[in-house]
Amino acid sequence: MLLKLAYRNLIGAKLRTVLNVGVLSLTYVLIIWHQGLFSGMYRQATRDVIKDEIAGGQYWHKNYDPYDVLSLDEGHGSVPQELKPLIAKKKALPILIRQANLYSKGRVQSVLIKGIDPGQKILDIPTAKLDSGKDILPVMVGKIMARKNSLKLGDSVTIRWRDAYGTFDAVEGEIVEIMNTNVPTIDNGQIWLPLERLRKMTGLTNQATIIVVGKEVVGEKDLSDWQFRNQDFLLKDVSDVVKSKRTASAIMYLVLLFLIMLAIFDTQVLSIFRRRKEIGTLMALGMTRLKVILLFTIEGTLNGILGIGVAAIYGTPVLIYTANTGIPLPQAMEEYGFALKVRMFPVYSAWLITGTVLIVMLTVTIVSYLPSRRISGLKPTEALKGKIG
Amino acid sequence: MKKLILFLLSFSLIFFLIDSSVYAEELSGKEILKRVDKNYAATNHISVGQMVIKGRRGTRTIKTKTWAQGQEKAFTEYLEPAREKGTKMLKLKDELWMWSPSTDRIIKIAGHMLRQSMSGSDISYEDFMEDPVLSNSYEAKVSGEEKIGERQCYLLELNATKDTAYYSRKLWVDKERFLPLREDLFARGGKLLKTFQINEVFKVGERWYPKRMVFKDVLKEGDGTELVIESIDFDVEIPEHIFSKASLRQ
Repeated sequence: MLLKLAYRNLIGAKLRTVLNVGVLSLTYVLIIWHQGLFSGMYRQATRDVIKDEIAGGQYWHKNYDPYDVLSLDEGHGSVPQELKPLIAKKKALPILIRQANLYSKGRVQSVLIKGIDPGQKILDIPTAKLDSGKDILPVMVGKIMARKNSLKLGDSVTIRWRDAYGTFDAVEGEIVEIMNTNVPTIDNGQIWLPLERLRKMTGLTNQATIIVVGKEVVGEKDLSDWQFRNQDFLLKDVSDVVKSKRTASAIMYLVLLFLIMLAIFDTQVLSIFRRRKEIGTLMALGMTRLKVILLFTIEGTLNGILGIGVAAIYGTPVLIYTANTGIPLPQAMEEYGFALKVRMFPVYSAWLITGTVLIVMLTVTIVSYLPSRRISGLKPTEALKGKIG
Repeated sequence: MKKLILFLLSFSLIFFLIDSSVYAEELSGKEILKRVDKNYAATNHISVGQMVIKGRRGTRTIKTKTWAQGQEKAFTEYLEPAREKGTKMLKLKDELWMWSPSTDRIIKIAGHMLRQSMSGSDISYEDFMEDPVLSNSYEAKVSGEEKIGERQCYLLELNATKDTAYYSRKLWVDKERFLPLREDLFARGGKLLKTFQINEVFKVGERWYPKRMVFKDVLKEGDGTELVIESIDFDVEIPEHIFSKASLRQ
């Protein structure tokens, strides 16, 4: 009976209800869509990073620190015996990283040179082109690197580096492949060469900086000079970025929730004030104070439920459409140092939808209840006279 | 008798001249290199100079004052332009520190930063860090003589004897002034990387010193970077506190 009465009262409020329900439905859709974007961003970034960069994890030489370029001078060592069988079976992939200068079209740029086995199958990057069979040094770059330096297939570049003895050497190279990767950490400011050529160029025979292991390899542990970094460790940057973005966007959610709280609270206060004679009548007819409070709380909460319905009507097609077609990203996003595609596909999980609905409903229920508490101190005689005590 | 004395004197003079020219020609590469080094060597020096950077977008001039003690300590302050005025650099052995008023932070230039160009010039920080005493790192061979402008030069071929940035160099050393009027710097594989040319010299006390020179990274486009020495004083007293990190902020 209470529910029916509350529903009637709500519908009777007309424009006020329309506004409240509208704001609520918008809140549901916006929060779910925005959170879905971050979930999609995380899923896509981790998938691409695993596929193109980290596979099943990496061994790092003890002196290697990717955040300290100074560590690259000393951050290399002989491939450990324990990993040689895996490398032979193509289940592990040594990569040597050195610093160099790249000269192209008369300009100079500091770059990282990465030596990789052209025949590798562990990472999903087109290294096969590095096995060109030509005398000229084959060079592979990523699309960001190519765009920034106006590099095209077949372009000649000069690479200048210091060998193991600190002496400069320089060689001409040819761009044989521009890889289409979304992972800027293997693209921006980097060039890829055949591993053995790089080892010969630098005098670092049988040396590597990192060793990537295949996804099927399990149970890896630290070796003497090499520390194993698992996927969780290597993906920490991605999850940290997504986490920080989620936190930043929480401000927007708080503003939306605050608007809802304000709207529902005001509606409730106004309702109680305007309907004091009705409250008195209900109480005089035998309805307990608790039931009257419950009636007003249900009325407020029903806003949230109606909001879910409205949000479902217009939000579902919008959310499904964006999940299927993706949202185009500006080109500048590529340079954020985060693995993002040209289009981002939001992911809406059941947990995300349920969680959002529960949070909003809880907020609505609380702000519906709080003004209704005043009814508990109300005397039916005074209420009938239109007084609020 | 007089004729005999005159003859003997003339003979001695001719013999002396011939002997001097033979002696000059017989200077070894090592000896020439030592004389080149000696020309540059000083206990201390204070110089004021300009670095004229010729780039795609025009020419920029940076005026600096440098205090140097031997080969291991140097302190440079940018005097002009206004945008870079007050920037200071300190070299202590193989370490380089930099401070700029805009950031008010002392930064150690190391690793990949050393490979970067100094204020957009053709000179990298690591060039600045090179040991300027060539005889410490190279063995020299005289491979002939050539003229640079009007000046007759020894053509010296230098090969590294220890780990150093440039594996080999070619020097055109003025036969009289022992200044390398031109220098080509090569990579281990033989590729020409940089050139250095002295266009004007001046005399400071007893020694000849470059006045205008051009440093060019040949792999890069452009006309190179011109260095102009406005004034230089050798063997002057420099307080030790100049070569400290504290003086970067002063």
